[in-house]
This record gives sequence, C-alpha cells and structure tokens, in this order.
Amino acid sequence: MKIIDSTLKPQFASIFDVEAIRAEFPILKLQVEDKPLVYLDNAASSQMPQPVIDRLVRYQTSQHANINRGVHYLSETATAEYEDSRRKLQRFINAGEDREVIFTSGTTDSINLVMHGYGRKFIGAGDEIILTTLEHHSNIVPWQMLAEEKGAKIKVVPINDAGELLIDEYERLFNERTKFVGVLHVSNALGTINPIKQMIAFAHARGVPVLIDGAQAAPHMHVDVQDLDCDFYAFSGHKMCGPTGIGILYGKAELLERMQPFKGGGDMIMSVTFEKTTYNSIPHKFEAGTPPISAAIGLGAAVDYLSAIGMDAIAAYELELLHYATEQMSHMPGVRIIGTAAMKTAVVSFEVKGVHPHDIGTLLNQEGVAVRTGHHCVQPVMLRLKVPATTRASFAFYNTMAEVDTFIAGIRTVQKFFT
Amino acid sequence: MNSKSLYQEVILDHNKKPRNYGTLDHASHHAVGHNPLCGDHLDIALNLKGEHIDSIAFQGESCAICKASASMMTTVVKGKTRKDAETLIKEFRDMATGTLNLDAEHHLGRLTVFAGVRDLPTRVKCAILPWHTLHAALNSVTTTSTEAEDDPMHAAIGDA
Repeated sequence: MKIIDSTLKPQFASIFDVEAIRAEFPILKLQVEDKPLVYLDNAASSQMPQPVIDRLVRYQTSQHANINRGVHYLSETATAEYEDSRRKLQRFINAGEDREVIFTSGTTDSINLVMHGYGRKFIGAGDEIILTTLEHHSNIVPWQMLAEEKGAKIKVVPINDAGELLIDEYERLFNERTKFVGVLHVSNALGTINPIKQMIAFAHARGVPVLIDGAQAAPHMHVDVQDLDCDFYAFSGHKMCGPTGIGILYGKAELLERMQPFKGGGDMIMSVTFEKTTYNSIPHKFEAGTPPISAAIGLGAAVDYLSAIGMDAIAAYELELLHYATEQMSHMPGVRIIGTAAMKTAVVSFEVKGVHPHDIGTLLNQEGVAVRTGHHCVQPVMLRLKVPATTRASFAFYNTMAEVDTFIAGIRTVQKFFT
Repeated sequence: MNSKSLYQEVILDHNKKPRNYGTLDHASHHAVGHNPLCGDHLDIALNLKGEHIDSIAFQGESCAICKASASMMTTVVKGKTRKDAETLIKEFRDMATGTLNLDAEHHLGRLTVFAGVRDLPTRVKCAILPWHTLHAALNSVTTTSTEAEDDPMHAAIGDA
C-alpha cells in the first residue's frame, strides 16, 4: 500500500467521487436513532452496492438451477455463471489457474479446509506449526485441534507494543520440525499490515508452506497471490461487498492435488461404489454438495465492482480516512489508540479513559454511529496489549471525512456524558 | 428506545461511585460471574447471618450498566433474607428480559430504572450478570457465566 503524497490530495479527491459511490449503497441512506447511519463496522462485515444486489436478483429470477448436473438450459446457465465467477476471483487475486480457486463458506471454512486437507495428512507428532499473536481465533483454533489430535506443537510469533510482528523472533522459531506457517495479512483488531511476502520467502527457503488469512486484506488492497508466492490464501465475500456464506480458498494446484478432501459428498467424486470412491479433480474435490451458487455469483459481481473502482484507489482513499481519524484522535485527552503500526489499514481500535467499550458502543449508536466493541475474536492480542476490550472503528471506501467528524464528535459526547 | 435514556442519573451515579465496592473478610458465600462475550467479570462476596444477608460486597471489571446494577443490587439485598433476594433476582431477570409486567405487583422499587435494557438485547446480559452471580453465591456455586447452560437468558434462575 502506497502512502499518498499530500500535494496530490485535491486532484485525487476529484478522481475518487465518494458521493457517487455512496449513492450505489442503498443501506447507507438509513437513519438510525433519527440520525444518518455512519457505518464504521466494515471489518466485521461490509455493505452491498446495488449492482451486486441486482446481480443476485437477476440470478435468482432468471438463471437458477443446480450446477454440474442437468443438461437443461438453466443448469447449464447456472454452471457457466458459477464458473465465470470463479475466473473473476482468479483474476482478482491473480491466481495462475482457475482450478486453484475454491469456493468455501468463508475464511473460517477455508482455513478448516487446509487444516483437514493438508494438516491432517502432512503434519504429525512432534511437528511444529508457527502462528502469530495477531491471529484471529479462526486461524488459531483449527490448528490447536490439529495439534491436539496429532501431538504437534504450536509456536507463536510475538508482537511489539505497536502491534507489529517481531520478524527476528519469527525467524528464530524455525527449526527442522517446522512444518507449517499460518499468518494473517492484516490484523482485524489493530489494522497492522504484516510483511507477509518477506515471511513467506523465509519459510519457503526452509521448505515450509504458508497459509495467509487475507480476510481483512482482500477488501482493502490489491492482492497478487503469485507475487506473494503464498501456498494458501483465504478470504470472505461479506467483508468485500459480497454476500455472506461465501468465501475463497486459493491454493497452489500442486498442493491442492496432494491434499485429502475435507468434506465428502456429491460433486467432489468421479465415481462411487461401496468398495471405493474416486475423487474428482480440483477444485471440485473440495466443493462437496450444492454450493451457495447465488452467493458465489454475487461475489463475482462484488469483485467486478471493486475492480472497476480500483483496489489501489480504494487503498489510497482509505489511508486518507485513517490518517484523518488518527490525527484527530491522537490529540484527544483520555483517548488512546491501540495498534499504532507503521503500516496499517483503515482500522482504529481505541480506549476512552474511564468508559467501558460497551457503553461507548451503545452511546455512539445513539449518534447513528456503528462500531464494534469487545475482544474482536483476538483474545491473545488483548491479553498481550493488556486491554480487556476495545472499541473499533473500521472504515471502507464509501465512508467520508464528514463521517469521521461525526464519529469524533460522538466520542466527545461520550466523554462529556461520563464526566 | 433512546439508549441514552437508559443511562439515567442514578445509573451514572452508581457507576461513578459504586456502593459496597471491594472485598469482604471471611465471606460465607462467594462467586465470580463472567460474561465471555465482552470479557467482563464480577466478584461477589457476602455473609449470611442465619437466613439474612448481613454484609455484601462486589468488585470487578465491567461496563457502566453492569457496575451500576451490581452497586444498586448490593444496597437493596443487604439485610434481606435469602428467599427475598431470590425473589428479587427472578423479578429483575424477568424485567430485563421483558417478561415482567411492571404494572402488576413486584418488589423492584427503584431497580426499575433498568427496565429499559429489555429494548437493548445486547445489553441485557450486562444488567443481569450481578444478579446471576448473586444467585450463584447464595447457592454456593463459585463460578458462573452468562453463556452456555448457565445462560440466564435460557436457564431459569431463582426459585421459578
């Protein structure tokens, strides 16, 4: 992610027409508590623009049938649209082949697929898995389950007070027993962008494959899985203007082919007898049963939408929102930003002295402002930074500077209320 | 509802200056309550003299709704019998979850300032946690949680 030269701002602002973008999101016209909605919970789930909603309606009203089955018109249409969406996702992350893109139900499902398909086959007793303190519970718990089952060990990369991974420590964790690395691209709680390309190269030099949890990166920056050279890359549709219940696992074809299936059922087989089942080729080997077809097609429309705006333009605009919010909050007495990494996406976790995050959340809602409060599914981060819970504002490209002002004014109102 | 109206003067006051905040020496009953959804926890200690709550104290980490609820609870149940306390626990829970008819006879008195939480589903557990913990302490259960089978939203508490 590049930092925008501030002298370019006026020119850039005219290119990035946020009002035109907002007009395409029906939900942003909502009033909450008689105030215009200020939606700053995008790291939890983003909103859906009209073109994606329209695409879902078009599919459901004129293209729906089950895929990979019938010889009739609708089944062939649905299958073609589903596979077309796969190719859209392939282009979006620059995967080498479309069969390396697997539709899952989301990031959690993607990670569980890798744990079952790769982990249970290739990780054994005494082997070590490297994770980081920043991981979301979804990239911790599956590996703990595997470690318990196999007698493997989990090693954890520590962070500094700013919320950045200690890369020296990461490199020191490797030994001849290291069999796998799982690391998130961007921290959901703090916004830290991890130096994953460097981390992947280090692991590969020791023959260790790497899974990247990209749930918080794919919606906010250009991702190129071939450039990163990651072995697996997982992300969710609903955090990037797509529907819920759909996500992606990218995996290198060579690895996916060696892996065992995760779920058994229809579509993932070549032939079934009670004596022996032959599995289908990738990606179908990992897509058992009828997938969420409409959601997959909707996600294709979502990445079309994002690509039309441009991921670099989105990243640059969101960085301006981050700088604007950070600048104001760092001068507010009693307000402390949690997570001050040099490289961040537009996420601001913070504490307000003497006010519990739940009370902040409820009172900000009174101003129409939606934020997340709590431990953000990263209890190890909270423990490390010694905060029981935080309030988190997470921005998207459809947020405005004026909304940042409303949010800041809301925090001031909360502070006044509790003094 | 207007969520600000929940934060009435009396609740803000108990949050700022919680009554009976601290620990008790030689407590006869004690319990810790957790809300794993937000990480809040509350420690309640009390001394029963016969059937009466002779002294009670609480401490912990929690939001304003939870802290004020705990503070007011301690002032109300002090001196009451175990049975009367259980009646209040049930009535408070029913009020918070919206099943209590406030116009019918009840014993909640000024605790009705918390009636508004019924319109804020995510905050109901904040208000109930102290009462749930008191129930656990009175029944010699040392830890309790707002989740799973201990969930006051699902499991009946009190004598009901």
